[in-house]
Amino acid sequence: MTEFLPLAILMTSLGIAPAILAMPDRWTRVRTAVNLAAASVKVALVAWLSLSVAQGAEYAVTLAVAPGLALELRADALSVLFLALSAVLWLLTTIYAVGYLEGGTDRSRFFGFFSLCVAATVGIAMAGNLFTFLVFFEFLTLATWPLVVHRGTAEAHRAGRVYLAYTLGGGLALTLGTVWLHALAGDVPFVPTGVLGDLPQSHPLTLSAIFVLLIAGVGVKAAQVPLHGWLPLSMVAPAPVSALLHAVAVVKAGAFGIMRIVYDVYGVETVAALGLATPLVAVAAVTILWGSFRALAQDDLKTRLAYSTVSQVSYITLGVALVSPVAAVGGLAHLIHQGIMKITLFLAAGNFAEGRGVKTVSGMDGMGRLMPGAMAAFTVGALGMIGVPPLAGFVSKWYLGAGGLDAGQPAVVALLAGSSLLNAAYFLPILHRAWFRDPPEGAAPRRRIGWMLALPPAVTAALVLAAGLLANAPFSPLGWTRFIVSLEYL
Amino acid sequence: MTEATLLVTLPFLAALAAAAHPRAAARWGGAATLANAVLAALLVQDVLADGAGATGIGGWTAPLGIALAADGLAALMVAMTALVGAGVALHAADWSLRAAADARRTRLRTGFWPLWLTTMGAMNALFLSGDLFNLYVAFEILGLTAVGLTALSGGRTALRAAFDYLGAGLAGSLLLLLGVALAYAAAGRVDLAVAGTLAGTVEGRIALALVLAGLAVKAALFPLHFWMPAAHASATPAASALLSALVVKAALYVALRLSLEAGAGAGTLRAALAAAGAAAMFWGAWHALRAERLKMLVAHSTVAQVGLMALALGLSEDGVPWQAAALLMLSHALAKAAMFLAVGRIAEELGHDRISGLNREDLRPGAAEFAFAIAAISLIGLPPSAGFVGKWLMMEGLIDGGAWPWVAVVLAGTALSAAYLARVVSRCLRGGPHVAPGARRPPWRTGDVAALGLAAAALALGLGSALPLALLERTLT
Repeated sequence: MTEFLPLAILMTSLGIAPAILAMPDRWTRVRTAVNLAAASVKVALVAWLSLSVAQGAEYAVTLAVAPGLALELRADALSVLFLALSAVLWLLTTIYAVGYLEGGTDRSRFFGFFSLCVAATVGIAMAGNLFTFLVFFEFLTLATWPLVVHRGTAEAHRAGRVYLAYTLGGGLALTLGTVWLHALAGDVPFVPTGVLGDLPQSHPLTLSAIFVLLIAGVGVKAAQVPLHGWLPLSMVAPAPVSALLHAVAVVKAGAFGIMRIVYDVYGVETVAALGLATPLVAVAAVTILWGSFRALAQDDLKTRLAYSTVSQVSYITLGVALVSPVAAVGGLAHLIHQGIMKITLFLAAGNFAEGRGVKTVSGMDGMGRLMPGAMAAFTVGALGMIGVPPLAGFVSKWYLGAGGLDAGQPAVVALLAGSSLLNAAYFLPILHRAWFRDPPEGAAPRRRIGWMLALPPAVTAALVLAAGLLANAPFSPLGWTRFIVSLEYL
Repeated sequence: MTEATLLVTLPFLAALAAAAHPRAAARWGGAATLANAVLAALLVQDVLADGAGATGIGGWTAPLGIALAADGLAALMVAMTALVGAGVALHAADWSLRAAADARRTRLRTGFWPLWLTTMGAMNALFLSGDLFNLYVAFEILGLTAVGLTALSGGRTALRAAFDYLGAGLAGSLLLLLGVALAYAAAGRVDLAVAGTLAGTVEGRIALALVLAGLAVKAALFPLHFWMPAAHASATPAASALLSALVVKAALYVALRLSLEAGAGAGTLRAALAAAGAAAMFWGAWHALRAERLKMLVAHSTVAQVGLMALALGLSEDGVPWQAAALLMLSHALAKAAMFLAVGRIAEELGHDRISGLNREDLRPGAAEFAFAIAAISLIGLPPSAGFVGKWLMMEGLIDGGAWPWVAVVLAGTALSAAYLARVVSRCLRGGPHVAPGARRPPWRTGDVAALGLAAAALALGLGSALPLALLERTLT
């Protein structure tokens, strides 16, 4: 049984992709049925896995590739955190995407690569060593590219080129770092508190260089400044892709990579001993502020959300880099919290564009009256991002701030306060326009959006509320992250 | 080791039969290719189980007979030929069937099979041969059939390219023959192990240099690649696939053999090989980036990839394990054959192979495009392909040896190959306004299965690298 679950979870998305790719576009029903069935099965399997892992069960599958190189899928507590996020949000995004792309072109290609993209994410979540992580990380780059350029316009292709240049460049850095670490230390399994033993004492400079390469490699996907240039451009992708990219797949894979490298390859104590934790905090701080500043100036709704992602994902980096268990809880919980909040915002933004043709902040006047449901979900997401209690974002920020004090870096509290002010400055005007202004004269007529578009943001908004209100429940994201952190900080 | 003897003799007999009985050429060809694949599988199994072995054809051994030696490397190369050959033969059989009605294509249809079977026999003989003279003979046969394959499409450019190919091939053979003769004069024997003693004397080193120069012409290694892009780009898809995937590997294989035997000697030659390889990577990539035609792009990518393999050979004293070169050869063979077959299908459907025109058609040969994209993953060396494992071994060795400039060269080559292949794949990902509502998807063909299968094999081989690497452990010593 220990091999079945990880493989089954991978195959529910990897296995159906070829079939979907080969289907004629007009087989809408079959395709939708296969997609939804696979996504539902995956959620069930991940739930089963989570329960077993919580009870101490271990799962591993290994395939030897070459001497000293093995592909290994393993499910530990940190994997489960990311798996749960991707499984639940994949189901919701699939429903949304089916509705969103109704009548569009190339849907088989879209859903095929959509499945491959989730398969790569799942592989990243369950990677048991650095090599496996690298394999799925590069796979993710290739699987998302066709989704970014899905619209096929010149603009989409330009964005696709930039995306590919950034991510393949990052992939090269990550590959080089991984090979170098292999040459130095042999196989690199993921183990809490790190696997490097005495090497940091004997090779401090080499290991620091490798750390920079690895973090730069995953930092491209995590959109750390100055490696974030691809993210706002890739907003040309269809709304469900943006939602998936920002909440689950690409950006989160990068953030998850930072966690794995800091916690399970080097160990957070070693990172601090090598003097690398403070620079990482600095990178995170700059990214948080820079992303928020750029978000202020964007009129395009999705681009504003994209810069907000740049900023918010760095909370995770911040929580990891601050050497404090309290901050770690905040950072890890934010992996989930940012995911559900950001997907709510993107799905709602997609609905504004579909239902009323509104794509800009300046066009949001009166949206609360025009599309109350979507706007309510958007509001919950935005308030959560700002950190209004009792929503999910507040919980993350609370722990991050407390962690900053715990780590002896009170400046972090100021950073968080400043960031929250900026969050408020770029989100509240939208909410104000939507709820307190009148719809413009001669607004575009309403196009009906079906339940497939309306339901997912409502569900994720409810999750945002629940993750905040029920933060102390045993299976809340927060509860689970406390469990993970207890393994790293023994 | 009866397989070894059969592997060398059977294809030639089948080629004779196919030439004598042209109406059934495709059937002869298909049956012989299938038999060859079975024999290759048996050989691999034998070598894995019992280790390497040597035999003489008909029981005759040296100095009179033709000695055959099958170690892990030879078995791997024979298997590579069989696998690529099976894929290409599937494509060619499908194509033969559809061309049957077309009288003008008869020559093409019947001419292909004897040429392919002779190529296969010559490749097998070359891989299994134990001495330099046999190698030379196998090379001669191979050179002639390769010219035939190039000229097969019969167009003006193809004939011109074939003629250039013939000239280059003869020049290469001349160098090779001169080298072999000089080696015989210097050492008094011509078995492959002679390379070790040759590296010790001045005459011997000159002989090695001549042999290497001859091989460089035949492998189209920069700056001796001038004949190759035109030849590979103007042939029919099946011929291009064979020429690019297999025929250039023959020369690289011999270079690998010699470098294994020559050991630490011949440092200058190694350096020259590495320098030429690095230059080839950039030269080929530059031309592939600027290519206007799809076939030209793929042919120039072969120039770059041959450079990468030469680099791996040249750097064997800097820590690159020789297995890396063998794995890169295998991966390139599968991926490049898939790519040429895919390009052939795309060009046939669209009626042209201009890269700029790829995304303005309302015709979408999706299966071929997908095969191209998967093959591209292997050629770039992205995981989980065999090309990736090859590059990984190469980089790990270089880092271990502290050869950082070469690491940078490998990384730069990888980035460049991603850039030129992305030119094509991005145009395959068209959509939106470019696509007419009535865009039609051509039906599946057996040939698509061949391209997809070869590309998928190259990709999956990375995960299964343990098998070829275990095979390579079986050496004759």
